[in-house]
Amino acid sequence: MSEIIESVKNLSIGFNSQKGKQISILRNVSTNIKKGETVGIVGESGSGKSTLALAMMGYIKQGLFPLKGECLFKSEDLLKMSSRQLEKIRGRKIAMIPQNAGQALTPNLKIGYQIDEALKLHTDLNKRERDKKISELLNKVRLPSPETMAFRYPHELSGGQQQRVAVAMALAGKPDLLLLDEPTTGLDVTTQAHVLELLRFIAKDTGTSMIYVSHDLGAIAQVSDRIVVMYAGEIVLEGPARKILKEPIHPYTYGLLKSIPKLSLAGLPASMPGSQPQPGSINEGCSFYDRCNLATDNCKKNSPDLEHIKELDTNVRCFNYKELINQNNNLQTSITKKSNNSEANEVLKLKDVSISYAKQKFFDQLLNKISDQNPTVKDINIDIKKGETIALVGESGSGKSTILKSIAGLLKTKDGQIKFENDRILSSDLKMRNPNDLRAIQLIFQNPDESLNPNHTVEQILSQPLKLYFNLSGEELKKNIIDLLKKVRLGEFYMSRYPRQLSGGEKQRVAVARAFAAKPDIILCDEVTSALDVSVQAAVLNLLQQLKEDLGTTYVFVSHDLAVVRAISDRVAVLYQGRLCEIGPSQNVYKFPSHPYTEVLLGAVLEPDPDIKPKLVAEDIVEEKPPEKGCSFQGRCPRKIGDICNSKVPPWQIGENGNAIRCHINIEELASLQQ
Amino acid sequence: MESNLITEDKQKNKLEKVFEILKTMASRPSGLIGLSIVLFHIVLALISPYIAPYDYKAISPNTMLLAPSAEHWFGTDSLGRDVFTRTILGGRTALTVTFFGSLIALLWGGLLGIFCGLVGGKIDDVVMRVVDAFLSIPWILAMLLIVSLLGTSTEVLIPALGFFYGKGIVRVARAATHDVIAKDFIVSARARGHSNMSIIWNEIIPNVRDAILVEGAMRWSWMLLGFSSLSFLGFGVSPPTPDWGLMISNARGLMSFAYWSVIAPIVGLSSLIIGINLTADAFAKALGIDRSTKAPV
Ligand SMILES: Nc1ncnc2c1ncn2[C@@H]1O[C@H](COP(=O)(O)OP(=O)(O)O)[C@@H](O)[C@H]1O
Ligand code: SF4
Ligand code: SF4
Ligand SMILES: [Mg+2]
Repeated sequence: MSEIIESVKNLSIGFNSQKGKQISILRNVSTNIKKGETVGIVGESGSGKSTLALAMMGYIKQGLFPLKGECLFKSEDLLKMSSRQLEKIRGRKIAMIPQNAGQALTPNLKIGYQIDEALKLHTDLNKRERDKKISELLNKVRLPSPETMAFRYPHELSGGQQQRVAVAMALAGKPDLLLLDEPTTGLDVTTQAHVLELLRFIAKDTGTSMIYVSHDLGAIAQVSDRIVVMYAGEIVLEGPARKILKEPIHPYTYGLLKSIPKLSLAGLPASMPGSQPQPGSINEGCSFYDRCNLATDNCKKNSPDLEHIKELDTNVRCFNYKELINQNNNLQTSITKKSNNSEANEVLKLKDVSISYAKQKFFDQLLNKISDQNPTVKDINIDIKKGETIALVGESGSGKSTILKSIAGLLKTKDGQIKFENDRILSSDLKMRNPNDLRAIQLIFQNPDESLNPNHTVEQILSQPLKLYFNLSGEELKKNIIDLLKKVRLGEFYMSRYPRQLSGGEKQRVAVARAFAAKPDIILCDEVTSALDVSVQAAVLNLLQQLKEDLGTTYVFVSHDLAVVRAISDRVAVLYQGRLCEIGPSQNVYKFPSHPYTEVLLGAVLEPDPDIKPKLVAEDIVEEKPPEKGCSFQGRCPRKIGDICNSKVPPWQIGENGNAIRCHINIEELASLQQ
Repeated sequence: MESNLITEDKQKNKLEKVFEILKTMASRPSGLIGLSIVLFHIVLALISPYIAPYDYKAISPNTMLLAPSAEHWFGTDSLGRDVFTRTILGGRTALTVTFFGSLIALLWGGLLGIFCGLVGGKIDDVVMRVVDAFLSIPWILAMLLIVSLLGTSTEVLIPALGFFYGKGIVRVARAATHDVIAKDFIVSARARGHSNMSIIWNEIIPNVRDAILVEGAMRWSWMLLGFSSLSFLGFGVSPPTPDWGLMISNARGLMSFAYWSVIAPIVGLSSLIIGINLTADAFAKALGIDRSTKAPV
């Protein structure tokens, strides 16, 4: 057995409430990190995973304090050390990579200088050795052209490259332990897969132990040897990664894995009811009791201990874990959804739509037109049928939100038309649309914290569309609000709550209810589940599907997550740099032939399965602007065939699976290449 | 963390909300002290004409520079006027002028700031340039000019002070509006087709109100200091109006042998400034507005 480098023993961390009560947010946590091992700590927001990770480098956030227990790094308690002693350890022995590397780098200092500072601080190398080390490190984190990289400023780098620089800086002191707190959250799918691959390589290459904290089991699955699952401040399950992911024997982990949409599965993931309890609200019994479908009376009164199960090499905190042993086949199931009948009429047509953010020049202003030869979004043609869910997929910056905004009338189109019902052209100016058209198209946003007015109660929020479109007031208004809340599975008592008094999932339900208040024909959903925890995401997806089946609403669903898209949509349109690459029934987009960009996206999906590794076929470059001519994907395409890709816009071809693909490679050839 | 906990179930009406904010403010020692000082000054200012033992302008050569005694609690000044009377009435002057001055500052500063934040673009640029230009003029010089042209009556002082102290509020109101209009709930309201007025009234004002009020409260204490400095220099209210700045100015030469005539107005002025400052701070905290610069990451 290899050496243990850090050991957490019975650690509890808490804060004092305003009423003077002691509230713990980490309860009795014990775990060991072995040399060379990567441990994934997974949990939803608020489960205490970051608090635990920070404590493991001897750092307690302001306002919090350790209640009991210790963090032994090489048998010394970090929590008892003076700040002088800690300074010697941090960076040299334990290094940390934060979530947002862009913010952690100093903006006005060159990359090389910043790494040099780290080297000066943590090593005794002289100038020549340090210079060599810098290029060695930049090479190791696989930054392009490491010679010139050292002379660049952080803002000249993409998010993924900044994250690589952060890794290089963390490695400068040759740490024994590397702490990573959500290091890939917020990066694009392809970039995320690349950074994870790099981390895996570094762990192997340097033998550094890593603690990888994330809410994302897909990412955790790619890097971890061992996984610790946190729930409401406790470890509920801990064991070898493969065991945890393939045979989870804690009901929370089991439910969590079931609630993650998977590429291999059509249909919606099963959702878990409820949400994680707030710190301080658990008095007795198991903290998962409210949401557990194996719960018994015993669980209500007694809290289970973390039990070691020798045969499985696993620790589990559950009385009834035995019921889950050998249940792993059930993990691969999903809820079938009613598919849309394809006979329906088209409600919305995008015809040759182009959208530009370019500022109008003076002359153009007079003529009221936009002359931008290379607009952000170009030539979008999509016909959307009544009652279908069409998904727009692509990395950030691919123009998904831009298209939604112009459908909603928030952005003027440069060219082309948006036609609604019976081919009536909708004005691209909000002010020119008639009220009934405004009512018919509603938007739901990514982040309910931003989309709900923090100064309004749920009642006020929901009454806005009801008053505006239907002139309701008094009892009738109230009745409608209660009906809406019921539709999104919230009780009447939510009416008087403010958004800050709701959990993330509840807030998003209110946002969904507000959209449905207008009795819309079309709802535009912009990354509506991206800000939610996985278990909550599944619930919101199921809710959206249910409402659609009941009310016949049409969805335009924007997401960067192919697995989510697969779960909810009937058709998928793939976008790169504001240009369509592929469009077709969603079950087919996941079958070959695919557009090379779709192939790249599919390859980068992180599945919560250690056996499904991402296939990295393209560089994770971020392109600033779409190319002037030729194929939009020419800059990154791994299958690029030559000059024709740079000069001519590729034609649409229909594959035998019925998907339309826009590529110069002959479609049969593409299919055989991808086999 | 705790603010997320569900604490209230009942919807509160406006009055209850005000009361709740006051309660939160008073729950911290500094807030309680600040509120008590301000309350004390306000009450004193309201009742001072009725409790003042002497006529504030009655000059009497017989009672010049008397030390504090049972008849004259705070002694008398060089013209034989009762210092206690003049101190409590001086608070009334200071509060009246600066209260209405702040109100004017809030009104024009808030409205212009919200307007600039809303329209953005060129107009915003030009207006903010002008405001910045004004900010760079030493305000006291400008006040001197105004006062020497228009006189030193409160009808001149109040709007003039209100004008100069409104500049800072413009910036805060503009920044707050700017932040809010980028939020998705505004986009959402626009997409629904609400009128501009309804969006300003329902979505924007409630979200910028707090920041503007807090800034107003902060400006109030600045204005108090500014107003007293003007009087001290002889450009504020004119004698014989009872006023702290004037009192300090008149008595400063007598410090060494008649310290009483200067201590009372100094204590009055500084305690009110501290009180307003503490209150404004507690107010900001109670509303959850972080006045410190960005928290470290
Ligand atoms: N307000 C704006 N002004 C200028 N450019 C913008 C603006 N909003 C988005 N863009 C640019 O338009 C492109 C598409 O953005 P967006 O529609 O938000 O993409 P997505 O939603 O797919 O992430 C990006 O290059 C982005 O930088
Ligand atoms: S102890 Fe009971 S409530 Fe808790 S997870 Fe196990 S079965 Fe569920
Ligand atoms: S047209 Fe060329 S560059 Fe574009 S996707 Fe096809 S092969 Fe790649
Ligand atoms: Mg977007």
